[in-house]
Amino acid sequence: MNADMTTPSHPAPRRDWVWHVGLVAFVAVWWLVYGQLVPVAEWITALFPVERDSHAGKAIAFFLYDVPKVMMLLTLIVFAMGVVRSYFSPERTRAMLAGKREGVGNVLAAGLGVMTPFCSCSAVPLFIGLVSAGVPLGVTFSFLIAAPMVNEVALALLFGLVGWKVALTYAAFGLIIAILAGWVIGKLKLEGWLQDWVRDIHSGATAPDAVDDAPRTMVNRYRLGVEAVREIFGRVWMWIILGIGMGALIHGYVPEALMARIMGADAWWSVPAAVLIGIPMYTNAAGVIPIVEALLGKGAALGTVLAFMMAVIALSLPEMIILKQVLTLRLIAVFAGVVGTGILAVGYLFNFLF
Amino acid sequence: MEIKVLGPGCAKCKATADMITRVAAGAGKAVEIEKIEDMRQIVGFGVMTTPAVVVGGKVVHKGSVPSHDQVLAWLT
Repeated sequence: MNADMTTPSHPAPRRDWVWHVGLVAFVAVWWLVYGQLVPVAEWITALFPVERDSHAGKAIAFFLYDVPKVMMLLTLIVFAMGVVRSYFSPERTRAMLAGKREGVGNVLAAGLGVMTPFCSCSAVPLFIGLVSAGVPLGVTFSFLIAAPMVNEVALALLFGLVGWKVALTYAAFGLIIAILAGWVIGKLKLEGWLQDWVRDIHSGATAPDAVDDAPRTMVNRYRLGVEAVREIFGRVWMWIILGIGMGALIHGYVPEALMARIMGADAWWSVPAAVLIGIPMYTNAAGVIPIVEALLGKGAALGTVLAFMMAVIALSLPEMIILKQVLTLRLIAVFAGVVGTGILAVGYLFNFLF
Repeated sequence: MEIKVLGPGCAKCKATADMITRVAAGAGKAVEIEKIEDMRQIVGFGVMTTPAVVVGGKVVHKGSVPSHDQVLAWLT
C-alpha cells in the first residue's frame, strides 16, 4: 500500500475493511431476499381481487416477480462488471491492439470490447483513437460491434428471464459475429471509405497518451462498481418496468401458439423480418428482453427472437448517425450489411438446431 | 484560469462543466470554461473517452465526471 504516498486523497486504510465487510453483508442479504421473491410475489398477487389463474392474475404475478428479480440480478452483475472493468482502460486496450494482425486481433478486440469501459458518447473519439494508433480497421470494428452487443444489461436480463443457457449462447454468438464481421470488413480493405479528416489523422503521428491511469486500490474499484450500478439504473429502470409490463400483458393475454404461427421456426421469412423490424427500433436490451421472453413463452422460435434482439441492440440507427461523423455512408452500409448477415445466419442456425 | 471541457454535448459533459463552475464559485476562483464539442478538436487533444478536461493546455482528466476534490486540486 505504498501508493498512499503519491495520492493524498486516498482513503485511510482502516476504512477498507468497512467496504469488504459491507460487500459480504450485501451479498448475503441479497441472497436471502432473492430466495423469497416467489412467495412474496404470490402473496401480494393474492391481495388483488382477481383469480390467480385468470389473465390479470397471471400478468400481475409475472410483473411482481420479474421486476424485483431483474433489478436484483442487474445490481449484482453491473457491480461485478464495474469492478472487472476497472482493470481495463481504453488506453491499455489501444496498446494491446496496436499493430495486431487481423485474425488474432479480431478475437482480442471482440473480447476487449466487452471489458473496456466507455459510454456510447465516446464511440467516435475511441474509434479515431484506435484507428490513428495503427489498429487495423477490421479489428476496430470487431471492438465496436462486440461492445454494445455483449453488454452486462443484456446478459443480466437474459440470465434472469430466459435462463443461463440462452444468455451464454447469446454472448458466444455475439462475440462470433463481432469477430467474423470485423474480419470480413478488414478483408474488404475499406480504409479509403473513412471520412477524409479521419484518414488524415490516420496517416499522421499517433495521439499521445493524455493522462496516466492513477493507481487504483480495491476500494477504488468497488466505488467504480457502485458508480456503474447507479449510472445504469438511472438509464434503464424505466425500460425494465415498461418492458416487463409489456411482457406481463403478453403472458396474461396473448393466446398460446399465436406467436408460433408468426414467429415460429416454420415461417422462413420471420428471421429477415425480425432483423428489419429490429434496426430502426431504439430501445436498449432492458426494454426488449422481457418482451422477447414473453414471445418465447408463446411459441416464437429462439433463432427468430435472438435475431430480433441482436438487430435492436447492435444495429441501431442512432449509432449509425454517430458513426456518420467518421465513416462514409458506403462504409456504414457495408457495416450494417455484414453485421446483419451475421445476425441472419445466427437466427437461421438456431431455428434449425432447436 | 481557463479550463476546457471536451465532449460532444452529452449529459456527462454538461455535468462536468457544471461541477467545475460550482466548485470554482465555492472556492472563490475566477474560471473561464470553454466547451469544445467539435469532434476534430476533441480528437486533437488525443483523448479517447469523454468528457475530458483540459487545464493550461494539458489534459488532466478524461472519461468521467470529475469529483469535487479533483476539480479543487486543478484550481489551486
